[in-house]
Amino acid sequence: MGDGDAAARLDEAEIGRIFREESGRSLAALIHAFGDIDLAEDAVQEAFAVALRKWPGDGLPPNPGGWITTTARNRALDRLRREARGRELLSQMAVLAPGDDEPGMLQEVGPVPDDRLRLIFTCCHPALATQAQVALTLRLLGGLSTKEVARSFLVAEPTMARRLVRAKHKIKAAKIPYRVPEAHELPNRLRPVLAVVYLVYNAGLTSPAEPDLCGEAIRLARILAALMPDEPEVAGLLALLLLTESRRSSRLRPDGSLVLLREQDRTQWDRALIQEGQTILRRCLRRNQPGPYQLQAAINAVHADAATVEETDWSQILELYDQLLAVAPTPVVALNRAIAIGEIDGPTAALAVVDSLELDNYHPYHATRADLLRRLGQHREATAAYQRAAALAPTKAEQDFLRRGGRASRSPNR
Amino acid sequence: MTHYLLSVHSVEGQVREPMTDEEMQQSHQQLGILEQDMKSAGAWVVSGRLHEPDTATVVRMADSEVLTTDGPFVESKEHLGGFYIIQAKDLDAALAWATRVTEAIKVPIEVRPFAGFEA
Repeated sequence: MGDGDAAARLDEAEIGRIFREESGRSLAALIHAFGDIDLAEDAVQEAFAVALRKWPGDGLPPNPGGWITTTARNRALDRLRREARGRELLSQMAVLAPGDDEPGMLQEVGPVPDDRLRLIFTCCHPALATQAQVALTLRLLGGLSTKEVARSFLVAEPTMARRLVRAKHKIKAAKIPYRVPEAHELPNRLRPVLAVVYLVYNAGLTSPAEPDLCGEAIRLARILAALMPDEPEVAGLLALLLLTESRRSSRLRPDGSLVLLREQDRTQWDRALIQEGQTILRRCLRRNQPGPYQLQAAINAVHADAATVEETDWSQILELYDQLLAVAPTPVVALNRAIAIGEIDGPTAALAVVDSLELDNYHPYHATRADLLRRLGQHREATAAYQRAAALAPTKAEQDFLRRGGRASRSPNR
Repeated sequence: MTHYLLSVHSVEGQVREPMTDEEMQQSHQQLGILEQDMKSAGAWVVSGRLHEPDTATVVRMADSEVLTTDGPFVESKEHLGGFYIIQAKDLDAALAWATRVTEAIKVPIEVRPFAGFEA
């Protein structure tokens, strides 16, 4: 690959970064042109090798994305011409697209419909399992390597490789289409797409190692929001991610334990992200088609508005949770709604709601109960609930934190 | 065009809420219309309903002799009860037909692509 002197100005890491930024679009364009994911992936990979060789000497091309697409397309055509089956495919393509100078020809000037949108609907097709949807999205649209995708979800690389091969085989064999769903299909088809992006973000929150999945999820959400400007839930998801991201640096202590929202240092919140999230949110709420992502974003926006926890507008938050519970009636939403009740009507009212929920295996449920019991002075019951929460918590830091009764190790009293 | 098998699996011993005569009639009617629609769309290839698995016979080679035995090949609780073979331009088109089948007969339909198909 890269020569010794290749590290002049554009080093391998920088080229890798640019490539990852641009490869999703190129890959999508090639899959559209040739109808073959493996061929497109190989061709884009070869274009990357060429870039590593050429860019350090020649400098960055004026339009790196266009360069990658053209180079990869030429590589794919070369390969197809070498193979008998490929030549057959090319002649079919010529029949299908008469008038083009060359099959697989892609326009590079002017507004081009973005093929990434088709690709994400293929990756997140409901005929694929969620795990496969996530892996394909990160691999094909995020430009992550199989190794990086594997590391993100704590699976061995060969396992992830098999998962990807199987998913791609199913796309090909069952002919999962490569198209943007029509308006009447969109509600059902958009749901898994948004769920995948949200899942990638949350995976990033719990495993903050490289690759930066939170950043990747936000990048995907931005692409979706740009490509589907008329879908309020898409904008809602982007707003939710930006508002959550604004607090990312204040949500963990150095020991890795979680800082509750009310205890976070609000001066650390990223005002630029908050402002962007709130602007996007205001715009999509105006369409008056609230959905789960917009409502969750709205709840986060209310928190972001309060300079101190005492200034939080809890009645507005409760109202939003009422709406959220109506569109997403899950016990987790009900639990979060109960926390808002606790702030307005006090711990007794909240505990009555919490005790009616069936969330015995969910550690935040027990942590919430513990906190309410403590506020009611029922210390023995509170301790038992903290123990139960600690036993279910996913990380060591979280377990220790809960065992201490939800207190940071340095401050014994609150 | 890809060919797909839409299969209806019946689970042995699983008693479903029996359909009323009216529901049965409605289901038949829906299936009739569906099959007509499949034919006029050029999607229908063949379809059929099977007798119970205890009517099956298996032949196999055992030391170069043909052995004939009574009963289904697999001792399983699930059996193929009926099927459609259709051709469709992609999985979404096949799933749309499968949706109409399951709406008519209220049991799950498995959709599986053929690796090769010659009529």
